[in-house]
Amino acid sequence: MPKDWKRREFLAKFIKLPCAAMVFGVGAAGDGEAAEEGPYQAEDHLYAMGIQVDRCIGCGLCAEACKNENDVLKEPFFFRTWIERYSIRVDGEVDVDSPGGGIGGFPPLAEGSEVMRSFFVPKLCNQCDKPPCVQVCPVGATFKTEDGVILVDESYCIGCRYCVQACPYGARYIDPRTLTADKCTFCYHRIIKGLQPACVEVCPTQTRVFGELGRRSSPLHRMKRQSSIQVLKPAMNTEPKVLYSNLDGEVR
Amino acid sequence: MKPGEKWIGRCSRAVRSISTNLVFIQEPLFRLILVFSTNSLGMRMRIWKIPDQVIRLAILIVIALAVLIVVRLQFIPASFGEIGHYRADALKEEAALTLHYAGMQACVMCHDDIGMIKAASYHRNLACESCHGPSLEHVDDPGEFSPVVVTGRTLCVRCHGYLASRPTGFPQIIEAIHNPMAPCTECHDPHDPTPPEVPEDCSACHAEIARTKAVSHHWSLSCETCHEAAPEHRQSPRAFLPKKPTEREFCGQCHGQGSQRSASAPRVDLSEHGGRYLCWQCHYPHHPEGR
Repeated sequence: MPKDWKRREFLAKFIKLPCAAMVFGVGAAGDGEAAEEGPYQAEDHLYAMGIQVDRCIGCGLCAEACKNENDVLKEPFFFRTWIERYSIRVDGEVDVDSPGGGIGGFPPLAEGSEVMRSFFVPKLCNQCDKPPCVQVCPVGATFKTEDGVILVDESYCIGCRYCVQACPYGARYIDPRTLTADKCTFCYHRIIKGLQPACVEVCPTQTRVFGELGRRSSPLHRMKRQSSIQVLKPAMNTEPKVLYSNLDGEVR
Repeated sequence: MKPGEKWIGRCSRAVRSISTNLVFIQEPLFRLILVFSTNSLGMRMRIWKIPDQVIRLAILIVIALAVLIVVRLQFIPASFGEIGHYRADALKEEAALTLHYAGMQACVMCHDDIGMIKAASYHRNLACESCHGPSLEHVDDPGEFSPVVVTGRTLCVRCHGYLASRPTGFPQIIEAIHNPMAPCTECHDPHDPTPPEVPEDCSACHAEIARTKAVSHHWSLSCETCHEAAPEHRQSPRAFLPKKPTEREFCGQCHGQGSQRSASAPRVDLSEHGGRYLCWQCHYPHHPEGR
């Protein structure tokens, strides 16, 4: 009887919970993830990334590491993540450049341009909670997993490019080897093993913060508490899960 | 005729045509009821037959349904729709992708000595693989695969070279004037990159010479290599002058043909090159490649 099973499960959990709290509560105080045992449960997680814009030094290590980790083509047209440099001139004009996605570093600002302020903004797939790309996919090849990551099923994608058009953040591209859509996966193969995404791992200034929404032990929680949080293109109503802190109003 | 009346006319015609058509549908039904009612009364009557066109249509519908089911089973992957409107196996495929970055925790399991030094330094939050490259292969097989060992200046300058867009306070250098010939590791330990105390022994007074020498091929030579200076030179510089090389053989220690030192130093035959002149009368030792 399913009803009995539920009660049995509930009782088992009811007994386990204080035991687990006793075992892990002392050793790993404040670290909720340590208490997780057994196979990966996608529905227990909701991944998100924070980007502290005022820390980015534009070294491009993240974009390079992303290409290494995810076997992205090395040509400078295919990026799962990239860095943009914003230069806001005295007359209010905004220049945005991203030579090679920022992988080779940035040249000095052009001589003679009166720049009022300038900064780097790392960009990637925003892993929207209401993803326009998933909505338009005619075959169900791109989808939102239970842990909130938007993935592309490479063997099911027909390469129609609707999703490339639909993405307001320009995060998708067509891989010329497979002629299928490709994009940032938050390094899904890493995060489900408890590792950090490659870009977060190599970021030298902790510009990128990886964590989970609604989990107090997550470093993202601390970042959200300490700084003002913005998202890109909030008017699109996509509800991104890439959160920017101290973002300049000129960033689009 | 008013437009309203026209519409009423059309509607009444449509109703009439539907009702006449209904007769054809109703008639077999009446007959079927008649068959059953007469049967129950014990009267033998011919059983009403289903029209051929209906049978043909039914066969067509059954075939179409069968084809649809077969096509669905054949073309839609087994795991499609298990979790959502997608192939559940795609998650397993994504999870099975090869990793390349091991993560800092894996590195310090073996290299705990470097990990300890780094943990107390300015580079404490810098992951090992930021500089040494993706190294999971090294973790799996340390003998076979070695991570990148960084030499030269390009990688350090990628973060520490001056750019106006970088956040204020981040340590930056201007590459062209910050010891341009020296690799960064000459003065800085990347695992503990605290800026070294700059020795201001000679450059405190002879800064121009020190700066010139820093961009020359003689950047790595200390002043004492060529100039023997008494310690009193600091207190009274003119009373205790440092010595200069007075023989061609002094430069010949590196630049002579039989020299065993620095392989990169250009070699000359001292007996033929320069005649009776001393080396520094033609070559400026603090910037020997200058003209």
